[in-house]
Amino acid sequence: MPKRTDIKKILIIGSGPIVIGQACEFDYSGTQAIKALRKEGYKIVLVNSNPATIMTDPEFADATYIEPLAPDVIEKIIEKERPEALLPTLGGQTALNLAVALSESGVLKKYNVELIGAKLPAIQKAEDRRLFRRTMQDIGLDLPQSGYAYSLEEALKIAEKIGFPLIIRPSFTLGGIGSGTVYTREELLDAVSIGLDASPIGEILVEESVLGWKEFELEVMRDCADNCVVICSIENFDPMGVHTGDSITVAPAQTLTDKEYQKMRDWAFKVIRAIGVDTGGSNIQFAVNPKDGRIVVIEMNPRVSRSSALASKATGFPIAKIASLLAVGYRLDEVPNDITKKTPASFEPTIDYCVVKIPRFAFEKFTGADQTLNTAMKSVGEVMSLGRTFKEAVQKAVRGLEVGRNGLSFDGKGSDKRVEAAIKEGGKLKEEVLNEVRMKLNTPNCERIFNIMHAFQLGLSQEDVISLSKIDPWFIQQIYEIFQWALRIPQLSKMPPAQKKDFLYRTKQFGFSDQQIAYLTKQSHEKVRALRNRLKVKPSYKLVDTCAAEFEAYTPYYYSTYEQEDEVVTDKKKKVMILGAGPNRIGQGIEFDYCCVHAVMSLKDEGYETIMVNCNPETVSTDYDISDRLYFEPLTAEDVLNIIEKEKPMGVVVQFGGQTPLNLTPALDKAGVKILGTSPKSIDTAEDRKLFSKILDKIKIPQAASGTAFSFAQARDIAHKLTYPVMVRPSYVLGGRGMKVVYDDNMLSEYINQAAQVSPDKPILIDKFLDNAIEVDVDALSDGKDVYIAGIMEHIEEAGIHSGDSACVIPPNTLSPEIIATIKQYTTKLAVMLQVKGLMNIQFAVKDGKVYILEANPRASRTIPYVSKATGLALAKLAAKVMVGKKLKNIMKASSLKDSPPKLKYVAVKEVVLPWTRFSNVDVVLGPEMKSTGEVMGIDSDFGRAFAKAEIAAGSVLPRSGAVLVSLGPVNKAEALPVVKELLNLGFEVMATTHTAEFFAQHQLPVTVVNKISEGRPNVVDIIKNKKVSLIINTPSGKVSRADGYHIRRSAVIYNIPILTTLAAARATVEGIKSQKNREISVHSLQEYYKK
Amino acid sequence: MVLKKCFLALESGRVFEGVSFGADGESFGEMVFNTSLSGYQEIITDPSYFGQIICMTNPHIGNYGVNPEDMESSLPYAAGFAVKEASAVVSNWRAKQSLQDFLIEHKIVAIEGIDTRALTKHLRDRGAMKAVISTVESNPKKLVEKAKKSKSIIGVDMVSEVTCARKYIYNPKARYKTRCRIALLDCGSKDNIANELSKRGAEVHVFPASSTSDEILEINPDGIMLSNGPGDPEAVSYVVDTVKKLIHHVSKNDNTLPIFGICLGHQMLGLALGGHTYKLKFGHRGANHPVKDVTTGKIEITSQNHGFCVKPESLKDKNIEFTHYNLYDGTLEGFKHRTLPIFSVQYHPEASPGPHESHYLFDRFFELIENRIKKSN
Repeated sequence: MPKRTDIKKILIIGSGPIVIGQACEFDYSGTQAIKALRKEGYKIVLVNSNPATIMTDPEFADATYIEPLAPDVIEKIIEKERPEALLPTLGGQTALNLAVALSESGVLKKYNVELIGAKLPAIQKAEDRRLFRRTMQDIGLDLPQSGYAYSLEEALKIAEKIGFPLIIRPSFTLGGIGSGTVYTREELLDAVSIGLDASPIGEILVEESVLGWKEFELEVMRDCADNCVVICSIENFDPMGVHTGDSITVAPAQTLTDKEYQKMRDWAFKVIRAIGVDTGGSNIQFAVNPKDGRIVVIEMNPRVSRSSALASKATGFPIAKIASLLAVGYRLDEVPNDITKKTPASFEPTIDYCVVKIPRFAFEKFTGADQTLNTAMKSVGEVMSLGRTFKEAVQKAVRGLEVGRNGLSFDGKGSDKRVEAAIKEGGKLKEEVLNEVRMKLNTPNCERIFNIMHAFQLGLSQEDVISLSKIDPWFIQQIYEIFQWALRIPQLSKMPPAQKKDFLYRTKQFGFSDQQIAYLTKQSHEKVRALRNRLKVKPSYKLVDTCAAEFEAYTPYYYSTYEQEDEVVTDKKKKVMILGAGPNRIGQGIEFDYCCVHAVMSLKDEGYETIMVNCNPETVSTDYDISDRLYFEPLTAEDVLNIIEKEKPMGVVVQFGGQTPLNLTPALDKAGVKILGTSPKSIDTAEDRKLFSKILDKIKIPQAASGTAFSFAQARDIAHKLTYPVMVRPSYVLGGRGMKVVYDDNMLSEYINQAAQVSPDKPILIDKFLDNAIEVDVDALSDGKDVYIAGIMEHIEEAGIHSGDSACVIPPNTLSPEIIATIKQYTTKLAVMLQVKGLMNIQFAVKDGKVYILEANPRASRTIPYVSKATGLALAKLAAKVMVGKKLKNIMKASSLKDSPPKLKYVAVKEVVLPWTRFSNVDVVLGPEMKSTGEVMGIDSDFGRAFAKAEIAAGSVLPRSGAVLVSLGPVNKAEALPVVKELLNLGFEVMATTHTAEFFAQHQLPVTVVNKISEGRPNVVDIIKNKKVSLIINTPSGKVSRADGYHIRRSAVIYNIPILTTLAAARATVEGIKSQKNREISVHSLQEYYKK
Repeated sequence: MVLKKCFLALESGRVFEGVSFGADGESFGEMVFNTSLSGYQEIITDPSYFGQIICMTNPHIGNYGVNPEDMESSLPYAAGFAVKEASAVVSNWRAKQSLQDFLIEHKIVAIEGIDTRALTKHLRDRGAMKAVISTVESNPKKLVEKAKKSKSIIGVDMVSEVTCARKYIYNPKARYKTRCRIALLDCGSKDNIANELSKRGAEVHVFPASSTSDEILEINPDGIMLSNGPGDPEAVSYVVDTVKKLIHHVSKNDNTLPIFGICLGHQMLGLALGGHTYKLKFGHRGANHPVKDVTTGKIEITSQNHGFCVKPESLKDKNIEFTHYNLYDGTLEGFKHRTLPIFSVQYHPEASPGPHESHYLFDRFFELIENRIKKSN
């Protein structure tokens, strides 16, 4: 069937900010879809609130709206653009939910917009658990037993019938929020109330637990002629009970006979047909009882998903691209397979390697968070690896995770240290460690895979590990084989040369890194590398080709392994290698992938052949048609150097992948690799506090007084000299890891004892903390001679809150022209001094009219996409050109930009989203340690409007009326007066806790007094629970973390009431509320803004 | 455990050194690869692989062991087996034996630890070729010589090696109500063909390949099934003759008696109708080939195992309608007679291993049988 011609314009909804459960995989899928559909001649209207996406680059869609993903906003876009169709299956749960809302409210009908890909009934059948269940029963498929409950009583009744353990799943939530497994009546009571609250319709499913069963996923596609194919089967290493996003997963399925697999495949097709997904991809999850093979259907997603992104990268089959082509009427056999070119997409990929995905967690950011893995997703990113065997792939994945490990144990790092000590010492310690290991095997957690190895190291048997962990014996055996081989590695040094080569080769086939081999043979990894090179034990690279070599592949998508034959065809073209950012984590996310992709595009334009290295399957950069060559490899010095030796690029780009490539720079530099752009020496100068201070002194840029301490005593002395409060942090950190503002000696000693061990090789840095300063971020572009200031961002939150967690605005809202001139001058001086070639980000603090420099990073920063989208200037692309030798002057001449920074006739506000709902027991407080997972942009004619949009986009709808609860720390009260006055003027009722209320009363402000928790009920938490307030302003007082404040903040998160924890944010919010009064939101595309 | 070396040498001169995970010894065969991700047990027990050494492209093989239900015949017929890594443990509730023990028990030489992707690419580029797999000879040159000197499968009757000794009535895996009688000409039939027929209500009479048409027709069948089997279809002219006679019988005496051919059965029908067959470069072996049924427009993902193919041009004026094509390479995958109830497919609708969506072909066969029964009543 040919494509549809009755549709001309298609609306695509993105997935919004990066949150846990919805990351850049939807940028990948959306970008693919837009490219594919535009190539077919369709006009594309895109709406996504996330500026850090490739899809929102103005050249992709015909009209790009960076607007809040809210039904009323999208209705406005529909009214304005009048698309004939809405494709809702590419923007995750967000887009699907919006499509349902727009459909149910009649908007789509009103404007005659057709849902393509998945129709409303299909979405409802898949998403509503009851409908889903009924549909499955109708087609005769088995499910876990269950029942719906709307109250505690109902839940208890169902529990009685089925028996424990049970799973509680709230209806209509994202990524399993509010769901959990319960073993006892007490746990059930808690889980039910949390679940009922989490569900927007107050409904939960109480379900038979299939805990410990094997878990599988099939990625299925269907076209309009009802042809169905399975793209990939995925087996979860972690059995049922752990959210699939938090599970280690493996492709293809390893432990199913063909009979079982084909049954699952038949069922999957029955599911997609019964649910009624007409065209496109779906993900269907199954559980299998390992004892008798009983298969039950768990759930299905009628859209592309995180798993489909993984499946696409794992097989080379671009699910999102094909899904969008199917949505406009093509059949699978009418779409070619890009990789083989000669065969159609109507087939099932087969693979001749093993793929392992390991999730990346960020528990270290959230003190007090429960680290047990369950059915609510907690991971923030993932890494994928390919190897010829599971053993090779799993070790590659572990070292790609960047959690400080060089493979699966045997590197003397992390928990291995304790295990080794236990083995050496024996006795009590060993018993203690064994108990810990047993517990960690029994309770799913992010370190379980290491503990499997530890179990073997400590003498437990495979049977022990299987019975404790319920992980399939096949996987346990694989890890056991790695363990056994590791035991032999120490003998390497004594082997005769002939045997050495074979042994080393075999060792590499088990996935061991040079670092692990070095540790086990007590030599440096450089020596191991030299030995390998001497013996010619080098990796070979194999193709990902969708067909297990049955057909010739034309797409250079490679992974490394140790095998006889290498498939890389190198050529003599000018090549540049771009190092990616690895797995998403807090502090290093999609923004860096965005920059890497831009670098690739720009360097391609400049005539270079681009080589991308990355290991994050969610990204656009690892799409095989972005770079000329893609190496899906861990970003370690060993793995990267291997590729460099193979490809011999003229240079390597390390500026765009965040801290990951920068951390590799010293090793690459040492190996003689040419680093493009800013020199490694300059990078080092900026990163080394001492060197950096010296430079600043030299060019007379003020900085907060600081010192470096190598011991506690030294730290205390420095703090006294600087006077409290001071900011403390370990050296070389990303995302404010381990940073804290301390107010006295006690806090300092507490910090050093708990958070950051200080030692001669691990100093801590101490800065004078600039209280209540305005923080400013600057992104600049330089070729070492000229400097272009691309964006000056004024933070909403004051200095001391991590820049990644602060809202900010372009152009600056309150800075005077003099301050701006000073900032420009400092930036230019520093860029020239450091000989920056490419991008540089500088953070300034402005206090009492004086500008201080906080830090400088000579690389692409997190704010590059935001600045680029706000100004319409693709900074990373320009930077890439500079890095290969183009003069900034000439680049700027060619572009229309004259002003530095560009003058805008509109305002763009960046706001962040925080994962508070994911981590119970964690205090909702911003600080120097970054905690946000993603960002949104609000763009409009003035600050208030832009800020209001940003807030809506970030999920906190600014109230127009109602009550505001104000509870302040002692220092803030006076400053809050104007805010409170303004709120009263706007017609809000103001409620305040006792002390705060007294203070306001003294200033003749009419406020309602609310009880603190200790003062009797109803207290402040009751008021929040009963939704008596529509906004909360609660500033934690600096020194003491007060119990009431903690409960207010947690309740606000649980009951989804916007909460502001800084007065700066409160001021901005009031402005936002004011701008919204009596005025509807208006929408404009980026293309329109840029024309202004 | 001491690892025993094993070698795989190809007539092209390429030699792979690995580790034995099967029986000791030496074995010759045509080297082929199979891209199925699952179903190794069904594959090695498929008699069509007689005389062939199979390389599995999925690197992890043996993970779920071997069980009594998934046998496609009573023993493994493959001449040898080559994998990247054989599993040291078995993980599946139905497993009764490890793959390694199974191979040793049935004296199949097997090699692991080789670059199976390199081997596959070699076969893709150079075509399926003669090979030897050995645990007794380690000299590469000698092995290559041996491979070169070994017998080719072209023109060799391999059917006689795998067909049943005498006719019998198939004993199905479960009790089904019988409503018709089917004669299955066993050229190396996979067990699931008879099973799919039984499931639909047939009493399946299995005949040795050397049976005459009279012997087959003597039981008064309601349908005739021509099975899959190994090797070159042109080398089994005696079976082709039988098929010719059966077709003659249908066209002259009994034009409601359906004949359904699968794989070798399809090729023999092609030959019997006056067509020709040819050898594919490296064959089709896997579970992911898309085939289009041009009569319905539907695409099915198919289970494939064949090295030979029917030349469509050769059947042009034979009153034949081409019904199925392979979407990978456009080769003919199925045809039917325009006037007689005769049809066949090149692939494996009985699956096992592989996708189930082609089961409808058995239903089509049974529709023809139903029609015949209705008419005769």
